[in-house]
Amino acid sequence: MSRYLGSSITKKLVMALAGLFLILFLPIHLGINFMLLKSDPEPFNKAAYFMANFWVIKIFEVVLLATFVIHIIWGIILQIQNWLARPIRYKVPNYSQTSFFSKFMIWTGLIIFIFLIIHFMNFYFIKLGLVKGDPENFYSVAHQLFKIPAYLAIYLISFTILGFHLSHSFWSAFQTLGWDHPKYTPLIKILGLIYAIFIPLGFFIIPIIIYLK
Amino acid sequence: MNITLNIWRQIDSQDKGKFVEYKLDNVSSEMTFLEMLDSLNDKLIREGKDPIAYDSDCREGICGMCGLYINGRPNGPQKGVTTCQLSMSVFKDGEKIIVEPWRSKAFPVIKDLIVDRTAFDKLIQAGGFISVNTGAAPEANAIPIKKEKAERAFDAGICIGCGTCVATCKNASAMLFVSAKVSQFALLPQGQVEAKERVQKMIKAMDELGFGNCTNTGACEAECPKEISLSNIAHLNREFYKAKVK
Ligand code: HEM
Ligand code: SF4
Ligand code: FES
Repeated sequence: MSRYLGSSITKKLVMALAGLFLILFLPIHLGINFMLLKSDPEPFNKAAYFMANFWVIKIFEVVLLATFVIHIIWGIILQIQNWLARPIRYKVPNYSQTSFFSKFMIWTGLIIFIFLIIHFMNFYFIKLGLVKGDPENFYSVAHQLFKIPAYLAIYLISFTILGFHLSHSFWSAFQTLGWDHPKYTPLIKILGLIYAIFIPLGFFIIPIIIYLK
Repeated sequence: MNITLNIWRQIDSQDKGKFVEYKLDNVSSEMTFLEMLDSLNDKLIREGKDPIAYDSDCREGICGMCGLYINGRPNGPQKGVTTCQLSMSVFKDGEKIIVEPWRSKAFPVIKDLIVDRTAFDKLIQAGGFISVNTGAAPEANAIPIKKEKAERAFDAGICIGCGTCVATCKNASAMLFVSAKVSQFALLPQGQVEAKERVQKMIKAMDELGFGNCTNTGACEAECPKEISLSNIAHLNREFYKAKVK
């Protein structure tokens, strides 16, 4: 099957482009989430409603969903090939110096995937009418969920894991695209680290404030 | 010093293989790792036992034959060396040393610590060359090359094809090796003639030979005895896209 998806580099390119698209999307989602902190549910619900019904966003939504699916399926295919490339493992685990979180991309990715399913059950599938609930009032859904300690814990853990995933992937995507420069590559690495810390931190603050309120 | 070795023994490619423990006394810290193995083999032969099979040729870090996976790192704990250049001085008295062959689907074990690296030859045959007319060598200064480019080509060109990059990569990917070859030629005018086919054919061969996909982990760069840079892989990607678009 993998042959039809092109060479190893082609598959990596698709993966990187999908990943970069997701990287662009996260700050948008975070921006909307900040409206949850207002005591008035209107702005958030309006934004959520806008996201759900404006046609441009509808196209964006399909693209986004496809992006997730492609990123995940391509990631799994590449990973399986990589496991098969070393059928007999070493007795002593490898001590080579590497980008640390790059070793666990499939696992951090799969944890994010599990979170996505929970997240879709709570919001997106309601909107699609697959799960029962009130799509007009995601504000109160979010507020209720964040009051549940177990949900809060899952949420915080998931975004920590996302931070790990991002800490390798930001620069890695640029490398895959073939963008490399003696001066700017170190800058991209720093930028990637800043992104990987502050985006999850942003997602952290919101539920914690709501929980403590 | 006295050391304990745990060495992978495998009669032939069909054999399942196992680790065998050997104790070796009076090892000088001035020995190289291969000299230490030589002395172990000497002992085994005197005892009428089958000596351990491992590769070596130049024993000075230029042929790329000798690679071994030692205590979880290819070519052992020293940075920027081949296994033949590894000094016993980095080990402590009483240390336990575990020696394994390169592990990857593309490099099957032939015997003990020797692996078949024909896959690298196939990669070179796929495109790691330039076509020139035979005859007298042309005058070296006839083709002007920017110094910075010549240096980068040289830095990529010193790859010795040892397979350390494949051995240490968690994906058993050959991207650093292929990128060194592609980069070296792509930077020089002589490499332009076949540039487009070279990169596509080499990547095709790389995929077919069973090497894994690069995930930019960087273990290859950290362990490469010639310290080939990861930026060659970005360059390889660039060359690949260029060849596809053009
Ligand atoms: C918002 C969520 C996500 C973002 C922003 C994201 C972003 C990225 C980016 C930019 C890369 C680097 C691509 C490259 O090196 O060229 C990457 C790699 C990877 N991602 Fe994700 N990802 C996300 C979710 C997931 C999920 C759900 C999975 C599930 C399996 C996953 C699995 C992987 C794997 C296995 C890699 C390594 C593949 C490789 O480097 O070739 N990711 N991710
Ligand atoms: S890139 Fe480095 S590690 Fe890989 S084969 Fe060449 S010299 Fe050996
Ligand atoms: S024997 Fe030639 S590089 Fe080690």
